[in-house]
Amino acid sequence: MQTLVAYVENKPGVLNRVASLARRLAINIDSLTVGPTENEEIARMTIVAHTDEKGAHRLEASLEKLVDVLLAENISGRSVLERDLALIKVLADQQSRPHLMELIKVFRARVVDVAPESLILEVSGTVDKIDGLLEVLRPFGVLEMARTGRIAMTRGGDLLRPPVASGQQEFPEPVCRK
Amino acid sequence: MKLTGAEILCESLTRLGVRHIFGYPGGAILPVYDALGKSKLHHILVRHEQGATHMADGYARASGGVGVAMATSGPGATNMVTGIATAMLDSSPVVCITGQVSSKLLGSDAFQEIDITGITMPITKHNVVVSRAEDVARTVREAFLIANSGRPGPVLVDITKDAQQASTEFNWDASAPQLPPKRHRNNHDQAEFDRAVELLNSAKRPIILAGRGIMLSGAMQVFERFVRVGNFPVAMTLLGIGCFPAKDPMNLGMMGMHGEAWVNHAIQESDLLIAVGMRFDDRVTGDLRTYAKGARKIHIEIDRAEINKNVPVDAALIGDAREVLEKLLPALEKRERSDWLAHIRELKGDSAVRDIQNLPDSGHLYAAHVINDLWKETKGEAIVVTDVGQHQMWEAQYYHHDQPRTLITSGGLGTMGFALPAAIGAKFAKPDSEVWAVVGDGGFQMTMSELATIVQEKIKINIAIINNGYLGMVRQWQEFFYDKRYVATPLVAPDFAALANAFGIRGERITSRGDVTPTIRSARESSETVIIDFRVEQEDSVYPMVPAGGSLHEMIRRPNNPLVETATEP
Repeated sequence: MQTLVAYVENKPGVLNRVASLARRLAINIDSLTVGPTENEEIARMTIVAHTDEKGAHRLEASLEKLVDVLLAENISGRSVLERDLALIKVLADQQSRPHLMELIKVFRARVVDVAPESLILEVSGTVDKIDGLLEVLRPFGVLEMARTGRIAMTRGGDLLRPPVASGQQEFPEPVCRK
Repeated sequence: MKLTGAEILCESLTRLGVRHIFGYPGGAILPVYDALGKSKLHHILVRHEQGATHMADGYARASGGVGVAMATSGPGATNMVTGIATAMLDSSPVVCITGQVSSKLLGSDAFQEIDITGITMPITKHNVVVSRAEDVARTVREAFLIANSGRPGPVLVDITKDAQQASTEFNWDASAPQLPPKRHRNNHDQAEFDRAVELLNSAKRPIILAGRGIMLSGAMQVFERFVRVGNFPVAMTLLGIGCFPAKDPMNLGMMGMHGEAWVNHAIQESDLLIAVGMRFDDRVTGDLRTYAKGARKIHIEIDRAEINKNVPVDAALIGDAREVLEKLLPALEKRERSDWLAHIRELKGDSAVRDIQNLPDSGHLYAAHVINDLWKETKGEAIVVTDVGQHQMWEAQYYHHDQPRTLITSGGLGTMGFALPAAIGAKFAKPDSEVWAVVGDGGFQMTMSELATIVQEKIKINIAIINNGYLGMVRQWQEFFYDKRYVATPLVAPDFAALANAFGIRGERITSRGDVTPTIRSARESSETVIIDFRVEQEDSVYPMVPAGGSLHEMIRRPNNPLVETATEP
């Protein structure tokens, strides 16, 4: 599994180009999250792909060839903070509820909705943590689950910033020569 | 100054230096055609939109500039797909402009509406829909910039009819390209550079693999100095042909599936591959597990995605070929490498014996003879545009190109039907050059309707049909790998000379070797287009041949006694 971060133009069709590229390279995407950055014209993607280092290099380099992609970088193997968020609706009757509450405490999940027969839990953290909570909830009866997919950020001074316009065109304007 | 989107398009194209547009009108692009009529742009009416894209492609390849193709929405746009893919696979800067239904109709399955940007997403370098007249000028400028910078490629601009019709203030200076900023990824890694220099200076048996990137970056001069200092033998990819003179003793010729045997052996025996502006296509490498096992590899390449894609390399120098070679040159030490060069000459001896040119003249007409005679008669100075198949490989083997951009051929996609329209495009790019379309009887029948374009535009090219009555390359595979079961490869063709006459073009039919040169000469002297139908040996094969997926050094070689016995008179 390889994790890539990409900065892209925040406009229609870009997600399609990114997804289409992965399909063309026959790389299966495990999760892809996208959201705006502090600059609303630029969106940030975290792509988790089923591929090896070589495949990730091809994906990264091919992504950067897309006009709408400002930067793409494989951050696998670097010191990375990774988060996933899940909403889980689980069966909870009078009998099981106290036991559930114990587990929720252990996993530092939050109850965000209470109904007579069920609860909705919100949990964030690493993929492993959420997977772990899911496993222990299964015996109670998991009714629904929604997950955001991973977002990732390199730690500390390892900055990954979108490139800024230099005000100068990268290449001279081409002309049709005779 | 207020102009319509259509007028802005024509004005922008004019300001970008465009003089020719290859296209076909239709409902959704009519406002542009109306504006075209008032402009100084020369529109060439094609007979099929695929032809328009191949012409723009041929124009781009011959000139080094951008070729422009135009079509209407729906079927006009989808007919362009093959030509766009051809340009994509060979990194050719083509801008395609398509009309689109009005923006308020988008997504309604309107008449002749098709999602052409969706369809062409994987086969364009970039594509875009323009639905406001205000965006036309900037988008077209961006399209030209993208198409012909970095690794070139096709760009499609889909303009809705309402954007063509709407009027807006036209301000060229205010519509400069605004492409997203990119991280500069040029190779500044000194360690990588030092490693490459070390490999170059210490290699005993180096060989250069020269690709089209050398031409695209205009690196011909520095490349030659590089070859001289290092005394590197040079092997060419199909698309690299022309970037280094064929007559130069250091030029070994083409590598790969139908490359010369000594070239493939030299690659397999080398201790250093220096790949410049090429991408280790499977037709070049054969089986990757046995490819140049004893060689270290340096890859000079502008496209980072090509590095380590097929062949892992020891040093990757990412950047424009000319800039990288200029940086390497001062660090390169003079070497003689006389043992290695002598060894390659020895390898060559065996091939000379088997060469069809050196076999006794049996009176039969071989395609290789026709192409070699064409080379002699044109002194190797013509622009030759080939189609795809056997004749294409014979052209690469027997027409010796000394000048860049004089062989135009569909390498990556292998598009049959390419030659005739691409030759027309090349002629518009280089009106003073002699242009020959060399095409098989199969490929010619795919796009021969463009003969009418030649007549309508009153241009002069020469067309050599290498007619063997088969889809020759496929037949050859059936001969070698399918026990001579010739399924769907025998091919009926019209009388091409009579067909030419029907178009008002002079046609000739040649069946014997002695008539080849006089007919070529007479075609060259004619001021009008001439079609020559060369009825060649029907079951000749291209040698040597590395079977698909086979090892590069294990080639099927030409038997010393070729198929004279099975020959039939045409």
